This record gives sequence, structure tokens and C-alpha cells, in this order.
Amino acid sequence: MSSLFAFTLLGLFTGAAYAIMASGLVLTYATTRVFNIAHGAFGMVLAFTFWDFSQRQGLPTLLSLFLVLGVVAPAIGWGIQRFVTRGLGEGPVSVALVVTVGLLVGLIGLAQYIWPPEPRVLLPFHAETGWQVGDTYITAHQLITIICSIVVAVGLYLLLNRTRVGTAMRASVDNPELLKFFGGKPDTAAALAWAIGMSLAALAGILLTPVVGLDYYALTLLVINAYAAAMLGRLKSLPLTFAGAMGLGILESLAVAYLPTDGFWSTIRPVIPALFLFVVVVAMPQTQLRIGQVKGIIAAPVPTVRKSLASGGVLLAFAFVLIGIVSRADVLLIGVAATYAMVMLSLVLLTGYGGHVSLAQFTFAGVGALAYAKLDEPNLLGLVLAALIAAAVGALVALPVLRLTGLYLALSTLAFAVLMDKVIFQADFAFKFNGTLATERLSVFGIQIASDTAYVWFMVLAFVLMGLFLLWLRRGALGRILIATRDSPSGCGTLGLDLRWFRVGLFSLSAGMAGVAGALFSGLRGTVGAADFLYFQSLLVLLAAVVFGVTSVTGSLLGGTALMLLRSSSPELTAVLFAILGFGAVLLARDPNGTANHLFKLGRWSTNRVLPRWEEQFRERLDGLLKANRPQPARSVDVPVEAAIEEPKGVS
Amino acid sequence: MASTTLLEVDDVIVRFGGVTAVNHAAFTAERGRITGLIGPNGAGKTTCFNVITGLQKPTSGRVRYRDRDVTRWAVNRRAKHGIGRTFQRLEAFGSLSVRDNVRVAQEIHGGPLAWLRPGGSLLGVDILLERVGIADYAEERADSIPTGAARLLELARALACEPQLLLLDEPSSGLDETETDAFGDLLKELADEGCAILMVEHDMDLVMTVCDEIHVLDFGEIIASGTPADIRTDRNVQRAYLGYSEDDPAAGHTSEMEVVTP
Amino acid sequence: MSIPILEVVDLHAAYGRIEVLRGVDLAVPKGAVMALLGPNGAGKSTLVKVISGQKEATSGDIHLAGVHVRGARSEDLARVGLCTVPEGRSVFPNLTVEENLVLMSYAGVPKGAILETAYNYFPRLHERRNQLAGTMSGGEQQMLAMSRALTSDPALLLLDELSMGLAPLIVDELYDTVARIAESGVSILCIEQFARTALRVSDYAAVMSGGRIVATGEPGEILDTMADVILGGAA
Repeated sequence: MSSLFAFTLLGLFTGAAYAIMASGLVLTYATTRVFNIAHGAFGMVLAFTFWDFSQRQGLPTLLSLFLVLGVVAPAIGWGIQRFVTRGLGEGPVSVALVVTVGLLVGLIGLAQYIWPPEPRVLLPFHAETGWQVGDTYITAHQLITIICSIVVAVGLYLLLNRTRVGTAMRASVDNPELLKFFGGKPDTAAALAWAIGMSLAALAGILLTPVVGLDYYALTLLVINAYAAAMLGRLKSLPLTFAGAMGLGILESLAVAYLPTDGFWSTIRPVIPALFLFVVVVAMPQTQLRIGQVKGIIAAPVPTVRKSLASGGVLLAFAFVLIGIVSRADVLLIGVAATYAMVMLSLVLLTGYGGHVSLAQFTFAGVGALAYAKLDEPNLLGLVLAALIAAAVGALVALPVLRLTGLYLALSTLAFAVLMDKVIFQADFAFKFNGTLATERLSVFGIQIASDTAYVWFMVLAFVLMGLFLLWLRRGALGRILIATRDSPSGCGTLGLDLRWFRVGLFSLSAGMAGVAGALFSGLRGTVGAADFLYFQSLLVLLAAVVFGVTSVTGSLLGGTALMLLRSSSPELTAVLFAILGFGAVLLARDPNGTANHLFKLGRWSTNRVLPRWEEQFRERLDGLLKANRPQPARSVDVPVEAAIEEPKGVS
Repeated sequence: MASTTLLEVDDVIVRFGGVTAVNHAAFTAERGRITGLIGPNGAGKTTCFNVITGLQKPTSGRVRYRDRDVTRWAVNRRAKHGIGRTFQRLEAFGSLSVRDNVRVAQEIHGGPLAWLRPGGSLLGVDILLERVGIADYAEERADSIPTGAARLLELARALACEPQLLLLDEPSSGLDETETDAFGDLLKELADEGCAILMVEHDMDLVMTVCDEIHVLDFGEIIASGTPADIRTDRNVQRAYLGYSEDDPAAGHTSEMEVVTP
Repeated sequence: MSIPILEVVDLHAAYGRIEVLRGVDLAVPKGAVMALLGPNGAGKSTLVKVISGQKEATSGDIHLAGVHVRGARSEDLARVGLCTVPEGRSVFPNLTVEENLVLMSYAGVPKGAILETAYNYFPRLHERRNQLAGTMSGGEQQMLAMSRALTSDPALLLLDELSMGLAPLIVDELYDTVARIAESGVSILCIEQFARTALRVSDYAAVMSGGRIVATGEPGEILDTMADVILGGAA
């Protein structure tokens, strides 16, 4: 009995730190409708900053703490609201998601660049002090955490309910235009909310560092704990968020105490927040369709059949030549690029055409790879089965969140990716912890594609076929319906479309496409393991897809190639490239047509304006290089749509 | 008479917070007849439409359609059973062409099996565009056509799903006089073909000429019902409904005055 | 004659390609109540949006007490004494009555004075001070909205469709409030479709149609003009 009490008490301490982090997340979301996936990443960077001040530069602890919480964090929060997230809340959820995922990846890159990997220790506050309470030992650090969380709770309550600017923050959620008529400044309120939110992220990061370690990824992932807690309060109620955080802390603590320390169950502990989140999301009531939404117009040029076939042919020929002249290692890299490109094609379908964001696309590739390896059917049947299994898993992920869309769907996919990464892929029935599975390259009609060159060319062929399939889909009835659901979900509903099942089908098809990519990838090197499908890869794939154009096949090709170059670069460079990719996505997320579209425009400009006699030559080259198509006039890009999103209002 | 009743709204109440948007609304729509819903802005007309199509759950009350209680039916299920509508704030598929807007409606109506069939005839689509009078815009993107045409497009889209009950939310705003006349004729034709039409409209000329029956809503309550002639002389209506409501100008509307003449 | 509190000169505004204001000229004399009437689609709401800084004009000028204010932001206009009550429910539904009142102090009057004036004039609001504004009746919400006009001592009060969706009895009460605010010397521009209620309290009236002001004058004259236009059929 007393040990139950002891573990509950310990859980409260972690819960208190989660509560601080979650309340910052709720504060920023509730006042600006921008869900900051990078909330944990900011906490991570600021914890590193604190380490830098207090350990590397040797400033006194209290001074460092004041500098981080009182100066650096608020300044960052103010700047982010001012220059990055302002106006995102009114736009489509997918854009806000991509921007904050971009921040997350960019911050990890930045942190690795400024503080290269080396052992760093951040000691608990007053490490030597503690008290014996019954049979439990309470450290000063734990007590400080609890006190901090109480101070935060009381402070936020007073701010939001007892001050005019706090009242204005809540008012700006209801109706920012009206607040202006009152003479209030919604932007100031939003900037203040972000400044405070950032300080809370920093405080939570610093308090949790002695527990989880000064680690780029572990601290970043704390955002899952935070939003699992915040979800209990539906991203608006602070008291429920605190309750959720405490519950989560206790749950984790009890898991440590009572779950077996070895075997499958031992791996559950790190994913308790993700599981907790699933339960909460599934238990949430259904949302209604909204009408009167902003219309979205993303104009991805759809090439003609002839053009796409020709471009595909040119790409295959080009790949054939390239594979013939480069070294074996580089041939394998082309295979990796084709894998990324295929996964990005699945995102073109889901995000580019459908307007939904998935943060688990590479995990579906992992499911395909695992299925292919386990089936041990190295032929087309095995490939198809692997794709079907990935598609089924995709449908399973979409099912629980069938009734919700946008933000919640995306967050659930992130939780799913973490769950697969940390538990399923590492389980004994899968790749095993740190293990790999041997795979065989597939044979087509009895002939095994054994050589590297032939196999990689086959992968390029698979990409081309998948791209043609996608364009065929886009031109047909399904493509039109996809665009229609994105432009006006209510319109589709009142015409008789069951949006929920359509969404599940879309998700499933997209997961199946990623599954094919994964299955082919597993044959590339002959071995495949959990390390190939870390959740983080999915974020990189999404960002690269957005940067290079998530509405076109050309964008996938460019993105796949770029991501391959990034992943194969030297570790020192990786940090910089993360930062470029992440912050690049922040800049480009508002234009989902991406870099590819600028190439289309360039093509159009050159065909129309620049030296008409070069026209033929130039376009041929462009077509050959890009598998781009006849550059078509790109229509203006208005605010794209996001479907029926339930947007919780108000902080209480 | 009872057998011609297609839709029955029975004592529906909708509250948003403390505001009652629809208060004990009860009316019917009959096959082959055009029923008008009029009233000042904020009177609850669009909310009534949302309740009938399933976009808004009523706080209490029932919606019966073809003698079945559909109050708890999902939006798409009602649509499949023949309830079609247009929107006051346009919900056209902006990035598709006008023709594809109607085509996609037909495809959605056809069900999943039709999606995989290649090609498909565009003849029906073009006939519909011709019928509502926007064939000239067929190749234009739906977000680039005038508001009036976009409203007709929404009508064509609804017709593509072969509705038995058609709900039109301010269909004539954005149309000029000639277009409004043609539109009125089209409505009568549709009613003659057996369609039940329920229409929220501010153009009193149109309402008075095409409607068989009119319900006047004010503060969410029906304050008068009857033929156009009855409504014109009703004291309650005169007191409550002296003006015309202002649309959201962002939705676009004509600068023409909508003048009521007796 | 002194400088008008509001002077609008040849104002144009458009939504995309559709021009909604086509050269509006309007002057509200200091201390006067002016009713701006007009049918559906005349451009009244757009005019309010442009004057209050919510929407950019394409050309033309707006002077507030002689100061050129075209292009100023709505929050800055609010702080220099333009009190805009937009159409619809202009209260914060998820804040309590008292919190709504506290926010009115941004316009310059201290919190205590606002609460005192509002509660004195509308005792009902005092009874409900801890209730969420969104859970009150439409009439009570409009009282709360009017409290801002009543307490903030504005230079110009801009009322957009005050009577929308409210019972005639409540509309009458609200216009009593408007009359009282006018007595205290506040200049008022009220935009309405319901000609009679607005004309009851106004000194001048203007009729808007097709994006222009087509008639101005004394309420009596205007009512005759309007009868043909707006009230004609149904009245």
C-alpha cells in the first residue's frame, strides 16, 4: 500500500512538470489557434540555453534561470508570434501544422549545430537536499517542480481572470475584430501569450532535463505528453489540462512500478502518453460539419496523359544512363531517393490533393517493409500483400479519429508513429530491439531482379508507375471528388458523400502507397531494421514534400532526391541541413505548390518571354530533368481550405 | 392532401448558448409546390435549412421526411434520400471548373462504383448547365464566376443528385431582373415535375410570384403562414417585416435595389 | 457651421472586382444623430467597415473631427473616440458581463466609472454580472453592447443594424438608450433598414442605394422618399 502511495507521489512530480509544459501549449493554442508542435523543441533548445549559461559560461544558476525564463524565452515567443505564426490560426490547419513541424526539425538542427553531441549533465536543483517522508525520499528538485506548477497555475488563473490583458487574450479568441473596436490589440495579446507560453516550455524543459537527460529528441517529444494532457481539457480548459498532466504522470510512475521490467511490457512505458492520447481522442464527441469556410484553391497543374507518359519515359531513360555510370554506393542512393520520392507521392495524394496532414507516412513505409520481410514472398504477390497490410494499418489509424479531422488526426498520426517506432517495430515479433530482418529482392514473373542496377531501375520504374497512377486518379472521378472535399466538405456532404469513410479510404490508399515504397526499400539492401523507420523520418519526408511541392509528382521527385542527399551527407552537415529544411518549410508552407511550381512558372516564363528560338531546346531539357510537363499557367494561390475542424475556443 | 407532404418540420427548437435561433418552428413542404420562408436577417431561416439537411442538430423537435423520422440521420444519408440544397454563403468547389462541379455532384450521387468507371457521359451535365442558364461558364473555374452564376451552379449541382426536396437559400441574390424572371420560371418547371421546393428569399417580387405558400419567421418563430395574398395583408408581417436584410457584402451581391412593389 | 464630426468624401471601395461603394459623400454634423437607410445591397455595411478601419477604401477621404483618418487601424480609431457597434451580437460570449465591461476601458474611461454607469443605467446587467454574456437573451446582449456606447463617451458612435433580429419592443428600448446618449452630446451615425425606429431619434437622415447616397434631409422628408423605396410593398 505504501509503495502505491510512494509511486503516486513520484508520479505527481513528473505530472507537475508536464502540467507546466501543457499549460503553455494550451495558452498559445487557445489565444491564436496555432497548435505548436515545436513546443517541446523550444523547451529543448531553451534547456540547452540554460545549460550553456549555467554550465559552459558559469553564470550563477538563478541568473541563468532569470535570463532564460525572463529574457530569452519571451523574446523568442514574441518573435515567433510576430514573424512566423501570425495569421496562421485563421488559415488551414495543414499549413499551421507544417510550419510548426518545420520549426521542430529546424530547432533540432539548430541545437545540434550550436551544441554538437557530447555528454552534458544538468544537475537537479539542490541535488544534495531531500527529505524522507515515510518510506519515500523526496528531493528538493521534486518539491521545486511542484511549487513551480502551483505558481504557474495560480499565476495563469490570475492573469486570465483578474487582469485586463488576460481578459483581452480570452476575448481575442472569441472575436479579434470586435476586440479592435473596443480599442484592444489582439496582436499584442497573442504575442504576450506566446511569450508566456515559451517561458513555460523553457521552465518545463529545464525541470525535466535531470529526469529525461539533455537530449535533442527526448525533450522535443515531451510535446506528446503535453498535448495528451491538454487534450483532456480539449485544448482549452486549463484545470482539466492540469488534471490530465497529473494523471499522466501517475500513470507513468505506476507503469514503472508494476509492469514487468523485461519483455514486451517493459517497452510500453515510454509510449504511455501516446496511448493516453489515443484513448482521449477516441472518447471525444463527434464534430459537426461546418459551413461558410474559407475556400481553398491550390492549383497544381495536371499534365495531359501524353505529357506524363513522355516525361516518365524520359525519366526512366535518364535513370538508366545514370545508374550505368555511377558507383555501386551511388546506385543504392538512387534507390533511397526513389523510396523517399514514392513516400512523398503518397503525401501528394493525402496532403496535396486531400488537404490532410499525416505525420506518420514513413511509419507506413515501415509497416510495408516489415510485412514484406515477414511474408517472405519475394515476388509481386508479396509486394501487393505488403501494400494491403500497410493500407489496412492506415485505415486502422484513421478509424479511431474518423469523427475528427485536421489537427486531431495529424496529432494522432504522430502518436501512432512514436508508438510504432518505440514499441511495435522493436518488439520480438517485428524487427527486434536494435535488430534487422534479412530480405530478398523480389522476382517478377519468376525472374529475380538480383543486380543492384536492375533493382534500382525497377524502383525508379515503380516511382514512375505510381506517379502515373496518381495523375490518372487525379484526372478521374476520384480526383475531382478529392478536390471537392477539400474545397467544401459541407458541399460534398449535402450532395450525399460520406466524408468520414471517404477520408478513411483516402488515408488507407495513401498508407498503401507508402507501404509499397517500404517493401521495395527493404529489398534494396537485403536487410531492414527498426532504425530505418524512426518517427522522425516521417517529419522530414513531410517537410521535404512541402518545400519541393506537395501538389505535384515533380515535387516528389525533387523532394526525394533532396532528402536522399540530406540523409547521406556527413553528420556535421546534417544539423545545418535539418535547420535549412525545417526553416525552409516555415517559409514555404504557405505555398503548398512548393519549389516545383516555381520551376513550372520559370518554364512558362521562358517559353513566353525568353528567346523563343530556344524554346524547344529548353523545354525538352526541362521535361527531361524534371519529368515536368508542359508548363501551365499557375493560377493564383488563395487560402487553401481546411475541412471541418473543431476549433475549441476560449481558455478557462 | 396529407399524402403530398414530403417534409414535416415539427416543433423544432435550436439554441446557441442563450440565444434561441429557431423557436418552435413547424411547417411542411409539399410535392410539386414552392414554399417560401421569409423574415428579417437573423430570424432563423438558414438555421432551419441546416436542421433539415442535418448540418445542425436541433435542441429539440423532429424532422420527418417521406413519413420517416430523419432527425438523427447524417447529412449524406439525407442527401442520398433526395434532400438537396444550395447555400447562402457559397459552397461551390472553387478550384474545379463549372462543368466539373456538376460532374462531381453526379459522380458523388452515382456512388463509389461509378468513381472507378472511366469516362462517363458529359451530356447530362451540359444539359443541366443549359437548363439553369450557365452553359457559357462551363469551362471557367467556379471561383471566378459572378455570384449570381455561382448560385445557379449550386442549383445545377443539387439537381444533378435528382432531389425530391430542394432547399434554396437566397438563390436569386446576384441575379439581374431578366435572370430572376428566368429563374422563377425554372422553379415552377421543377415544381411541376414533382419536386418540393423550400426557398429562403429576399426578393419579394420573386417570392410573391412563384410561391404557393409562405411562412414568415421572426425571432425564430413562425409569425404568419399563408398564400402570398394573405401574407401581403397580414398585420403581424407588416409590423415585423418592413425591410430587407443586408447580406454579407463579402458574399457579393448586386448593387441593384430590391424594391418591393405590390 | 463648425467642422462636421465625420466627413466622407467621394469614397470608393470594392470586393475584388465588384465595386460596392461608388463615391459616397456624407457629413455628420457635430452633436447630431444621423440615420443612414437603404435597402439590401446598398453598401451600408461596407461603408461602416471602411469608416471603422476594418476595410481598406480604394479611393476617397474620411475625416474624423477634421482629422484625416483613412487607412487608420480600428483599434487606434477606437482609442481616439470612434465607438463602433458592429451588426450582430457585439459582445464576447465566453466572457462574463463584468469582463465585457472591463474591456471597454481600452477606450479611455476608467474601469470603475464604466461599471458604475452601465449598472446604473441597466440594473439587469448588474444582476447578471457574473453570467457569461453568450447565455443572456438577445436583448440583454444588446444592452451590454450599448453599454460601451453609453460609458465610453465617444466622439462619434457608429451603430450598424442595431435592431437586427430583435423584437420590436426591445428595439424601442434600445433606441431610447440611443436617444439618451444623443442628449449627452454624442454624435451618432446609425445604419438601419427599419426606417421608422431609426428616424424617431434622428436629426438628419440619408438614403443609400447602389453604393451612393441618393438623398439627404430631415427625417420627415426622408420618410416620404423611403416609403416608396423600402416600405412600399409590405407596409
